[in-house]
Amino acid sequence: MMQRTIPIAILCLSGTIMVAAYFLSFAQSWGETVTTWFNILAAVALVLGAGNLIAVNLEKISSQRAGWGYAAITLASFAFMLVVGLLKVGAVPDPKHPGVAFAGSYESAASPFGWMYEYVMSPLTATMFAMLAFYVASAAFRAFRAKNVESILLLGTAFIVLLAQTAAGMFLTGWIPEDSAFAFLRLDHIKTGIMNHVQTAGMRAIMIGIALGIVAMSLRLILGIDRSYLSKN
Amino acid sequence: MQRLSSRRLHTGLAVASAAILVPCVAALGDVGAGAADAAAAVAAEGTWFKMDRLPLFVMLVVVGVAIIVAIELARSGRVVKIRRMAALDAVDEAIGRATEMGRPVLFIPGIMDMTEIQTVAGVTILGRVAKTAAEYDAKLEVPTSRSIVMSAARDVVQAAHFEAGRPETYDAGKINYITDEQFGYVAAVTGTMMRERPAACFYMGAFYAESLLFAENGNSIGAIQIAGTAEPSQLPFFVAACDYTLIGEEFFAASAYLSGEKVQLGSIQGQDFGKLIAMALIVVGVGLSTVAAIVPGEIGKFMTGFKDLIGG
Repeated sequence: MMQRTIPIAILCLSGTIMVAAYFLSFAQSWGETVTTWFNILAAVALVLGAGNLIAVNLEKISSQRAGWGYAAITLASFAFMLVVGLLKVGAVPDPKHPGVAFAGSYESAASPFGWMYEYVMSPLTATMFAMLAFYVASAAFRAFRAKNVESILLLGTAFIVLLAQTAAGMFLTGWIPEDSAFAFLRLDHIKTGIMNHVQTAGMRAIMIGIALGIVAMSLRLILGIDRSYLSKN
Repeated sequence: MQRLSSRRLHTGLAVASAAILVPCVAALGDVGAGAADAAAAVAAEGTWFKMDRLPLFVMLVVVGVAIIVAIELARSGRVVKIRRMAALDAVDEAIGRATEMGRPVLFIPGIMDMTEIQTVAGVTILGRVAKTAAEYDAKLEVPTSRSIVMSAARDVVQAAHFEAGRPETYDAGKINYITDEQFGYVAAVTGTMMRERPAACFYMGAFYAESLLFAENGNSIGAIQIAGTAEPSQLPFFVAACDYTLIGEEFFAASAYLSGEKVQLGSIQGQDFGKLIAMALIVVGVGLSTVAAIVPGEIGKFMTGFKDLIGG
């Protein structure tokens, strides 16, 4: 009973404070305090997450499940970054306190922590992000198949927008004078019309729906009507 | 250990939810940005109420009252009709298919923390997915990118197993924290997808650049995919690559829809009243803009001022 009542009471109070902080000048600092509470909790929970990461990977290694080598690499990397980050191993000395090694910055690429981030982590992240280009192409290939009226409209619109984005768009219709009666036929004008009117109108409709949905859901949570995110036992 | 994390979760959730109304208010703020800008000109400095946010406050109160009235009407026994949502009706089919194929079900609650209301919405849907998976005895995997979300997901899935009458099948080891790093998380989850080949993938929460990476990988392994997000920029990717997508407001209505409770469904009707007000304001705004453009002088200025005040 108390296990559900107390969290809901805290939620109700905190939610009300956040609303008050948005509209009332004197309540602004209250909202900041609530945000700080969350940050403290998140920091505590990070220990829980790290513990889980270690337990899962150790279990993989001990049972020698498929891909256990990756688990070993994960744990080794985790331990290495934790040690060199926390102990500031090889940190660049601070010019103000050259004699105190611990005062140096560990974020510089000259330190092991910064070097690992700059030359290992960043390239790996960029590689994953770069793969997106290929996935966009494959998803577009499926989405733009002319199967029915809606998909034909989608295909036609996408074709115009894509063409207008390229040099070919200007080559095909760029010769139409800007001040002529036929300027609306220029691909860049058609694209601007699609983006500014059709696309923006649709996007705003979705945004209004989202805003109202958030209000309704927030009220359900704050009033304690929706408790599905809490334990029932 | 489990109880400890559970208690911590409760406190965490409660405080995390404190930030729920921030995106709520901010979202309305985006919609009514025009009104806020216009009213800013007459905002009184140093007052206890932020006058530049008055139109937004009025709108919030009207919509809030409409929702509460709708909830009370539903509570008093009024019949609430909600249109069917194909994406949610397909949940059972997707999990059933995974059970028949002997493959796992993958649920991804986005990459943001519990301060993001989309994550809260995703976790509530997870409860229903977990209950069905428990009833069908399907294996459910929930990789998370935030440790608080992991705790919340564990609690919700455990509760779902209890509700399904199968507490013994709950396995906390299937709900793991991977990393806060966006693409590190993507690498781990897509790797799991390729190795374990889940038959059903659910993407419910806040997604950014990783949305298409997940959805395309899921597509390549032939999984039934159901997505839900309120990130407008990611919706096209999910629509293109997934079998079913909950778009924006549908995503927030999902937990009420799945609960089937009259009171919760009533809030969706109240939300529709807000939509009606928005439509009326759009028509009035367009009308006033047209009048302001046609009629010159003081009448035009008055129309423009009035239009700005109501958020045109």
